[in-house]
Amino acid sequence: MAIAEEGIVRSELRWAAISIGVVSVIMLAIIYAGLVHHINPPSNIETIDPKTLHLTGEFTEPNLGTRVAADGQITSRIVATQFTFVPRCIVLPANRPVTLRFATPDVIHGILVTGTNVNTMIVPGYVSQVHTVFTRTGDLLMPCHEYCGLGHSEMSATVRVVPPGDFKPDSQGGVSCDAR
Amino acid sequence: MTHARNLTFAHLWVAFIAFTIALVLGVWQMWARSPLPAPFLTASTYFSSVTAHGTATAYVLTTFMVMGFGYYVAETALARPLPAPRWAWIAFALGVAGTLMAVVTILTGRAAVLFTFYPPLIASVFYYLGLVLVVAASWIWCVLMLIAMGQWKRANPGRPVPLAMFATVANAVMWLWTTVGVAAELLFQVIPAALGLKAEMDVGLSRTLFSWTLYAIVYFWLIPSYIAFYTMVPQAAGGRLYSDTMGRLTFVLFLLYSLPVGLHHLLMDPQQSNAFKFLQVALTALVSVPTLLTVFTIGASLEIAGRLRGGRGLFGWIAALPWERPMVLATGLAFLMLGLGGFGGLINMSYGMNAMVHNTSWVTAHFHLIFGGTVVIMYFAIAYAIWPTLTGRAAPSLALQRLQLWLWFIGMLVMTLPWHTLGLLGQWRRVATFNYADPIIAAWGPWVIVSLIGGVILLASGLLFVYNLLEFNVAREPNAEAPGALYATAVHPPARVPATLNGFRLWNALVLVLMVLAYGYPLAQFFIIKSPEALVHRVDERR
Repeated sequence: MAIAEEGIVRSELRWAAISIGVVSVIMLAIIYAGLVHHINPPSNIETIDPKTLHLTGEFTEPNLGTRVAADGQITSRIVATQFTFVPRCIVLPANRPVTLRFATPDVIHGILVTGTNVNTMIVPGYVSQVHTVFTRTGDLLMPCHEYCGLGHSEMSATVRVVPPGDFKPDSQGGVSCDAR
Repeated sequence: MTHARNLTFAHLWVAFIAFTIALVLGVWQMWARSPLPAPFLTASTYFSSVTAHGTATAYVLTTFMVMGFGYYVAETALARPLPAPRWAWIAFALGVAGTLMAVVTILTGRAAVLFTFYPPLIASVFYYLGLVLVVAASWIWCVLMLIAMGQWKRANPGRPVPLAMFATVANAVMWLWTTVGVAAELLFQVIPAALGLKAEMDVGLSRTLFSWTLYAIVYFWLIPSYIAFYTMVPQAAGGRLYSDTMGRLTFVLFLLYSLPVGLHHLLMDPQQSNAFKFLQVALTALVSVPTLLTVFTIGASLEIAGRLRGGRGLFGWIAALPWERPMVLATGLAFLMLGLGGFGGLINMSYGMNAMVHNTSWVTAHFHLIFGGTVVIMYFAIAYAIWPTLTGRAAPSLALQRLQLWLWFIGMLVMTLPWHTLGLLGQWRRVATFNYADPIIAAWGPWVIVSLIGGVILLASGLLFVYNLLEFNVAREPNAEAPGALYATAVHPPARVPATLNGFRLWNALVLVLMVLAYGYPLAQFFIIKSPEALVHRVDERR
């Protein structure tokens, strides 16, 4: 072997420097996306008791579905439970900032909305919150994407994204799929 | 080869039987998810099958492969008998008993919780106890590996531990750390609930404890493949290992950086903060460094081999490599799959970007490429390399071995490339069936069928693998090679290495620091915020 030991060490160190450089570039891109484009995971650490959430507070039945607050903020509250969502269909306007809030009284669930970057786990004990802007109108699928028991495959909901002009809250600020 | 011969045989056969069963189940599961009507399909059969597939591949195939190969390395690389072989057989019996207990529980439909458990879903306690026995068996193995290295060091003071054994012990040490998370989850949360002692549990805590284990466990599976890369591949190619020191450093880096990174599996979870998610993402990025170092070192080692064989020019050495040897071919294919799977993995770990792919088929594609692809194809190559030394007979047909490796590679690509596409389209994981009447889902159908074809190719390859091993039983030609001749020497074999690269004391201290830093508060927070508990949901009650 005609390769000197120092040469080997030098080549390995050079390659290690390149590797660390590549990793640093990736990390800088992640930091940039997080700080400038607000691309962060859903991490609000907001606790809620799964045993009582249907009895009192934000996730009782009359509060579920889409609501427009007095200040114009649009929030949809959804309960994920073995093996359905309540409600099974929510209406939201396109091109406006909206907030989705989820909680579960029983086991682990999770959701994604097809064709979007909306994605979160729903863990008993916590409220999961996602901020987004839907850009395309139409009926999107919102399935349960985490194993929650034998009925898991049938657990799915619809997100109905309508043009902002067709988004008409009732007197209480509520919008539901049935009303249309 | 005295004691370890039968031990290695026994472990590897248990591993490969579990693997073959898992393949059949995997193909059936893909059939169930496709637009084609599948037989025996109910929610219970499907999720029991998924549980069995995950248990067989992630716990049985891997643990028995790592243990069996570890015993082989301990005897052949150290060239001395294994200490306390009786304990190795006790561990084997524990592992087999645990496996059978878990399998029977799954078959009776009382453990449809998947291999990742998902509490507060709770299965029959026998499923968890079976897995505890498998882990207990692996702990005995860890202790035996540490004793074997200690005895060798006392007999050879000042000399560097052979790289294959150093790496095996690195894996044993890493595994002891890795199993702390899942052991705590099972012993303090899940098993008390399964026994009916607890009616409620803290789900955020159990998910965080499981995440402690869930990434490093993949490195436990992976390290036999890396041992083959560093020690068997340069030898099989007819060259030398480019750098022994870099090999040691790589295994140390795996020990350090595979552990404090598990929160990247919880990026979409609501119970952990962005600060700790980001910290662990940064540490996850660093774990790609030892992999990149390996690609360089093994690439350089192969270049040495290619040039010794007369390869010229910038790329001529690649063509000059002995691709007809299964170990060399498997390495080439493993690196291609590692490249594709690693690229996907970088996207998975990218913090907020994970939202694009979390719990979609993209992730399934990623770990099947890395584990089913890179890791398992090297398990095949290792079996092909050591079987002649175990049976004393030369391989009957290298051509069939090569065919089997190619089929595995092709099947893996045909299966996982559509999965990547489907994941980006939004196809979610872990469901038994899709409603193909829905127009969005109907468009996925053709891709799902292509991936099913990939699965069938993989099954064919797996069966050919078993056939190739059985062929040794009828082979006549004796094997000329001694077991020790499987391992490569370095270009500059080290006469001495620093004590830090000949043992694990310093690295254990560093792991402790990193784990306290990365997991200290994320675990402590559940006791500080007094997180609400969830009711236990049993899945094993007969209706």
